[in-house]
Amino acid sequence: MSESNEISRRRALFKLGLLINGVMAAILAVPFVGYLLSPLRGTAGHGYKAWVSLGPFSGFPEGQTRLATFHNPTASPTDGQTANIPCWVRHIAGQNFQVFAINCAHLGCPVRWFAQSGLFMCPCHGGVYYADGSRASGPPPRGLFTYPYKIDGDRLFIYAGELPTLAADAGTVAGGRKPCVG
Amino acid sequence: MRRLEFVGSWLDRRVQLKDFIRATALHRVPRSSASWWYVFGSAALTVFILQVVTGILLALIYVPSAAEAWNSLQTLNHAVVLGWFVRAMHGWGSNFMIALVLVHMVQVFLFGGYKYPREFTWVVGVFLLLMTLGMAFTGQVLRFDQDAYWGVGIGASIMGRVPFIGDWLVHLLLGGPIIAGATLSRFFDLHVFVIPGILIGLVALHLLMVLKLGINEWPMPGRLVRRDTYLKQYEELLQKDGEPFVPGAIWKDLIFAGCVLAAVALCAVIFGPFGPSGQPDPTIIQTVPRPDFFFLWLYALLSLLPPQLETSFLLIAPLVGIAALLLLPFISGEGEKSWRRRPIAVLTVLLLAVALGTFTRLASYAPWSPNMNAWSGAPVPVRYLQGRTPLERQGALVFQAKQCRNCHALGGVGGERGPALDSVAVRMTQDQLIRQVLQGGGNMPAYGNNLSPAQVTALVAFLATLHPVGQAPARDATLTGE
Repeated sequence: MSESNEISRRRALFKLGLLINGVMAAILAVPFVGYLLSPLRGTAGHGYKAWVSLGPFSGFPEGQTRLATFHNPTASPTDGQTANIPCWVRHIAGQNFQVFAINCAHLGCPVRWFAQSGLFMCPCHGGVYYADGSRASGPPPRGLFTYPYKIDGDRLFIYAGELPTLAADAGTVAGGRKPCVG
Repeated sequence: MRRLEFVGSWLDRRVQLKDFIRATALHRVPRSSASWWYVFGSAALTVFILQVVTGILLALIYVPSAAEAWNSLQTLNHAVVLGWFVRAMHGWGSNFMIALVLVHMVQVFLFGGYKYPREFTWVVGVFLLLMTLGMAFTGQVLRFDQDAYWGVGIGASIMGRVPFIGDWLVHLLLGGPIIAGATLSRFFDLHVFVIPGILIGLVALHLLMVLKLGINEWPMPGRLVRRDTYLKQYEELLQKDGEPFVPGAIWKDLIFAGCVLAAVALCAVIFGPFGPSGQPDPTIIQTVPRPDFFFLWLYALLSLLPPQLETSFLLIAPLVGIAALLLLPFISGEGEKSWRRRPIAVLTVLLLAVALGTFTRLASYAPWSPNMNAWSGAPVPVRYLQGRTPLERQGALVFQAKQCRNCHALGGVGGERGPALDSVAVRMTQDQLIRQVLQGGGNMPAYGNNLSPAQVTALVAFLATLHPVGQAPARDATLTGE
């Protein structure tokens, strides 16, 4: 066997070695990337969201806006206190409610209700909302996010489980249904 | 001694690093570069090493779980011997590292160090800055308190503004649909493995290039950089007016780095560790989230940008800024290096410094944010009530009870969101006051739905008394005939 043949065979084997490793890297990348992208799983359809109870609706007197908290439906044991999510419940009259997300529509800070002035105020960048959640002043580009709600028996339920952001509002959630109709 | 030499030479025959270390230590640098202006990069590296050491120490106690992190920080602060000190060193080290990286960058910019042939050293440096800021943000989240929780919410809300893929970015940032255990875990992953790994790699590359290309010489006004002659001139400079790096130049680096370490330690001892503030419990909404010092300018910017500009600015400005930094050495890779002949460069640095300083200062008292407790804590000054009619006093009561004080100051106490009202009657007539209260406008909510006509009458009667003694209230110019 000539020397040049020997070299070209080694070259070929070297390339084969590169190829095998390249192919294996590509194959292994599929599960690894799939694992990395697993947080996206719930965005198609509504895997993350569920009806959660805010307790008996008698706890929310007519004409008042009160803070309620619920347990995140997708909570895990390592979540600790972060599994408890607050929201503002406005009982307008009868079976007519508005349930607002705590997060300011500007950048997500917790808005506070001031009953006397009838305003929600945000402590971060100065967003202010009226009692019905519509934008009053400041940087928010829209009113407060609201949760869909229903009354089952004597209990008030909301459809929750996702941090409300403008993206959810932009209809990027597959299926086109907005998680927070506002 | 002979035994030590024997061990040394035995080891070097195996690791074979002696020649490399000797060449590195003795490589010639321009005598002009052995300057106190050239010490910031090595000081930043020193503080980075400090951060690695203190970070490893903190990880002995810290528990990266949303359920445990805050408690483990309390343990570090109060129960572990000197835990508070290690936390304080890590926190202050972070501030010093950002400051040093920024100063180093400004120095390199003003001394033209990014020009040929060191363009790529600058590009790597830009990524080092971004990684440093990434460490600061992720580190702030690991201090898992109220500020961290709502800070992540702000990050997610910004991601949520990205068109088309915003929702996916939010979920990837949070590790799920909501800020929770998985969120902290991935910030831990970034802060402890991913970004430090990238940082170590980039620092090695950055240093290697400084060695291979040589440190930038002190820029002389009028000595222009040209691609075809620079390398030869630099080589001549090294031969004519150079000296070995050790000990000629390194002693200043060592002394400055030592002083920086002492300064970090002094701050740590005097001011102690940062936080943690309240527990990361989102149901505790009596909180005023604030970012750490080096992100305060951003906090101010987010409050002051016109709303209609905000999304495009948030998403485009960072990309433009980074692109400008990356392209800088390719746009002006030749020519004048000295800042004495580059007025636009100097003005750019000054403008950025003044802008960032102003925003940071503003963020320290946040005039755009309502003062959430002013209405309940601050009484109406007595002099505004003496000698007033019952209606006017009733108006003062409405003013206080309707929480106007959260945004408007009286007697220097109250929110700064709206104008102080001590002399509002000089500026506005009664009719104008009524309109402003009922309809709002100019960033004030409308109170028409929330005040009865009697309350409005009383409130405006009170506001109309608010003018300095001897200065007449505003009057309607159309009614001069009366």
